[in-house]
Amino acid sequence: MRDERPMMNESPLIFEQSRPGRRNPAHAPEAPARPVDMPAELLREAPPALPEVSEMQVVRHYTRLSQRNFAIDTQFYPLGSCTMKYNPRACNTLAMLPGFLGRHPLAPVATGQGLLACLFELQEILKTVTGMQGVSLAPMAGAQGEFAGIAMIRAYHDARGDTARREILVPDAAHGTNPATAVMCGYTAREIPTDAQGDVDLEALRAAVGPQTAGLMLTNPSTLGVFERRIIEIAGIVHEAGGLLYYDGANLNAILGKVRPGDMGFDVIHLNLHKTFSTPHGGGGPGAGPVGVGERLLPYLPLPIVAREGETYRWLEESDRPHSIGRLSAFGGNMGVLLRAYVYARLLGREGMERVAEYATLNANYLMARLREAGFEPAFPERRATHEFIITLRRQARELGVNAMDFAKRLLDHGMHAPTTYFPLLVPECFLIEPTETEDKATLDAFAAAMAAIQHEAETRPETVKTAPHTLPVRRLDDVRAARELDLVWEGDEGKP
Amino acid sequence: MPFIPHTEDEVREMLAAIGAPDIEALFDEIPHTLRGADLSAIPAGLGEQAVSRLMRTRAAADRQPLCFLGAGAYEHHIPAAVWEITTRGEYYTAYTPYQAEASQGTLQLLYEYQTMMARLMAMEVSNASLYDGASALAEAVLMAVRANRAAKSRRILMPASVHPRYRQVVQTIVRHQGIELVSLDFDAGQGRLDPDSLPGDPGPCAALVIPQPNFFGCLEQVDALTDWAHRHKMLVIAVVNPLAMALLKPPGQWGARGADIACGEGQPLGVPLASGGPYFGFMCCRRAHMRQMPGRIVGRTIDLDGRTGYSLTLQAREQHIRRSKATSNICTNQGLMVTAATIYMALLGGEGLRRTAAACHDGMGALLHRLADVPGVAQHFTAPAFHETVLRIEGRPVEKVLAAMAEDGLLGGLALAPHYPALADTLLVCVTEARSGEDLDAYVDALRRALAV
Amino acid sequence: MSEIPSGLKYAKTHEWVEELHDGTVRVGITDHAQELLGDMVFVELPEVGAAVHAGQECAVVESVKAASDVYSPVDGEVVAVNERLADSPELVNQDPYGDGWIMQVRLADDAEPGELMGADDYAAMVESEEAE
Repeated sequence: MRDERPMMNESPLIFEQSRPGRRNPAHAPEAPARPVDMPAELLREAPPALPEVSEMQVVRHYTRLSQRNFAIDTQFYPLGSCTMKYNPRACNTLAMLPGFLGRHPLAPVATGQGLLACLFELQEILKTVTGMQGVSLAPMAGAQGEFAGIAMIRAYHDARGDTARREILVPDAAHGTNPATAVMCGYTAREIPTDAQGDVDLEALRAAVGPQTAGLMLTNPSTLGVFERRIIEIAGIVHEAGGLLYYDGANLNAILGKVRPGDMGFDVIHLNLHKTFSTPHGGGGPGAGPVGVGERLLPYLPLPIVAREGETYRWLEESDRPHSIGRLSAFGGNMGVLLRAYVYARLLGREGMERVAEYATLNANYLMARLREAGFEPAFPERRATHEFIITLRRQARELGVNAMDFAKRLLDHGMHAPTTYFPLLVPECFLIEPTETEDKATLDAFAAAMAAIQHEAETRPETVKTAPHTLPVRRLDDVRAARELDLVWEGDEGKP
Repeated sequence: MPFIPHTEDEVREMLAAIGAPDIEALFDEIPHTLRGADLSAIPAGLGEQAVSRLMRTRAAADRQPLCFLGAGAYEHHIPAAVWEITTRGEYYTAYTPYQAEASQGTLQLLYEYQTMMARLMAMEVSNASLYDGASALAEAVLMAVRANRAAKSRRILMPASVHPRYRQVVQTIVRHQGIELVSLDFDAGQGRLDPDSLPGDPGPCAALVIPQPNFFGCLEQVDALTDWAHRHKMLVIAVVNPLAMALLKPPGQWGARGADIACGEGQPLGVPLASGGPYFGFMCCRRAHMRQMPGRIVGRTIDLDGRTGYSLTLQAREQHIRRSKATSNICTNQGLMVTAATIYMALLGGEGLRRTAAACHDGMGALLHRLADVPGVAQHFTAPAFHETVLRIEGRPVEKVLAAMAEDGLLGGLALAPHYPALADTLLVCVTEARSGEDLDAYVDALRRALAV
Repeated sequence: MSEIPSGLKYAKTHEWVEELHDGTVRVGITDHAQELLGDMVFVELPEVGAAVHAGQECAVVESVKAASDVYSPVDGEVVAVNERLADSPELVNQDPYGDGWIMQVRLADDAEPGELMGADDYAAMVESEEAE
């Protein structure tokens, strides 16, 4: 990607390409015939200082910017727990059909039967896949799904008058959204340690549960990339104490079609459609985080939900579900994302879904074997990889002064995105690696070869690794300066609104 | 098997390298009792052609009526270039820019977006998006309580003229954090808050929410309201239509000191109606409060050679580091929609946005002018309006009028009875620049026909 | 091995306490703590006049990779805070026991002695943590 010619790597801001008075008349209406008849004190004095550029400039600028990105479409992207699988183009094209794309959310349900049929069937598919009794598609991302899940647990206990339950238990390896969500729902988060084999410490769990326990949040496979083998016991311990079990669906790709959260004893789950159901990550969203529940929590599902009555579909509302925890968005949620997930589910079908976990797991175990051959240290060498696994680079950090971040940056020079680094926090200098099922053997072999090459460099000329990347439009960026000297808004032209 | 590239030979080689007899062996750590997943209720897979046929049939049910519905989602002209570029694989299939050097495209775009939003709102800083306008308002409420420690209050004043769904969502999200939402009535004749009717001593409150325009399309008296709030030591949360801000006074210029937080729904900026989502929420604030602002923020910095670059910053506030003390649990946001909005704003420019907003207002005026000749139809509120207004309908129930207009291929507006029982015989109608003179004539004709029955 | 001056007392949450001649104490975080956190970008100071309690959060130190709570090692009232940290948070890294001080506290009359250790005990604790 790096070009030796000095100007080729420069990337001026769109603002820096502005010229006063430049317009795109094709897009803005003519100045209106009447002057604006509003009280002067409510009007803006001058138009906002947005760029004044031609359409050609806009297209060129944002196209060139796109070329400064890594993406699944161009690079291998083994980010653990993010499930960067291929985003099928059909999902995009079909979700953007004019009948869906141009439809107003408040248009009459009579003309929305096609849309509602897709959403209803998606609800049903997600129920089957997760083994739950009811699903709401409303939450707009995993974090909102988590919020809905914990809010439902709270609604359940409050409805029973059991208000002493003030704690949510969270494994110490959990993703940061878990404790943050617990606090948003008025709980305190209490951490449960993980043992050396990567399982939740059952003794610690037993000691921690009691009448103050509202529930436990768990991912399975866990964030350590291993299956929580004693999940049935865990469910028993929590349920006996009167708490409920919440499943964080971030790692569902490992067990899709093989194991169902409902069968493991979970009372409420969220899914990340932008992971497991391959909706595109878009540079940071949009996603969708539907929630599924067992019998006990059905009344509390967030609205809206699609119901079928005979041959017609409609939205359930507050009058249908008076105990719902409520709404999470002004309209139904991220419809376009839900439609993409639906198309994906129809393309895969039941056989396709059963294969997802198989090949994701095959790829992860294969890659772990190859990396082990190359001398890398898996965090849990005696465990199977699930759809992901962890290697630790602590030896390299200690002996060679080359750490996980350095390896990550050097991988970029090999044309591959780095795995997730420094998460989970429990494993020092870690890489959490998730190849996904859509990558072929040659790509995995190339990754193993790249890691071996970087290892060799770390041993023979470590400076190259420590100052990587070398071939991208920028070299390593100063994060400390970014946080200390906060430059969040451009003021180069002293743009006044 | 769709999207799985493995050949049988490769599978064999891979299993040999792992030392496992078959793929099933890789699941041997999972207790047998859990292995009974029954997916038979899921239909068999379809090829792309069959799925295409299915989806086209379903999409066609919509019939694409002429839209005069707003109520928080607006139809505007979106230049073709916006989505051509936004759906490039390099934007569409990129991830959150955690490896900054490999994501300079997205990061620079977000920096430009932050700059554009800050200027549009006349505020000092912007984040890189939240889920939607309603949840952005909820986050703003939480932020105001955190930031206004001096007020020692968890009360928020929420006008009844704020979008009813927004108020519901705020309630859902803040319910368990001990925050009290206190409703403020609007003036029944004007359709907006009356600054003279505000309490002389409201008691300690963390913030006042001020919509602009409000749910009824009416323009609030933002200066008087902002100054009143600040006099009483409250923060001001502006919830605004971003397109309207190109024409109307933006939150940073309200009153003597300006609003403290500005948020709202970004959908009007280049995002299609799309049956309700994905949209995006925006949030801007004063620099003094920026550490309390949720969501991702991009900062400009330099690399080892002193070259300009961009990276996520202030991440210590966020869930993946701060965990239970985080400002919010938000992780994934609405990156792709922000990409579209940024390109849209660059294409339109400040003058283009202002003209678009003015054309919407002008179109509203033109519709009202035509409706003056239609008996049984009157504008209900007296306050000036942006591009939506409430019409009072006499002679036939509003629901039946709208149903008749729908038969005629028009979405005539939103009946307000379900959310405002006192407004039972009214509807909320919207006109944007996407509606031509012929469209306005069609509306008037359809309404006449619906009332003639 | 990080620096651990002998004249100070230490809390197990890595804060140090220095007794001043006027009966107040100064509080900051140790060299070991600043090393773990990395380059400081921001310090959220307590308010002058605020009451602090041993073992409860009173401030936040933020680096690019972590935002960590600072726990007050004593009961008392904050009489001064280090305003220089607003512009120069890096003082916490450069001089954690001197210019990187965080707050000055007047001890409460009924202050509990608290679980503070001497330099040797703190050094032993740090060493055993590092060995993990």
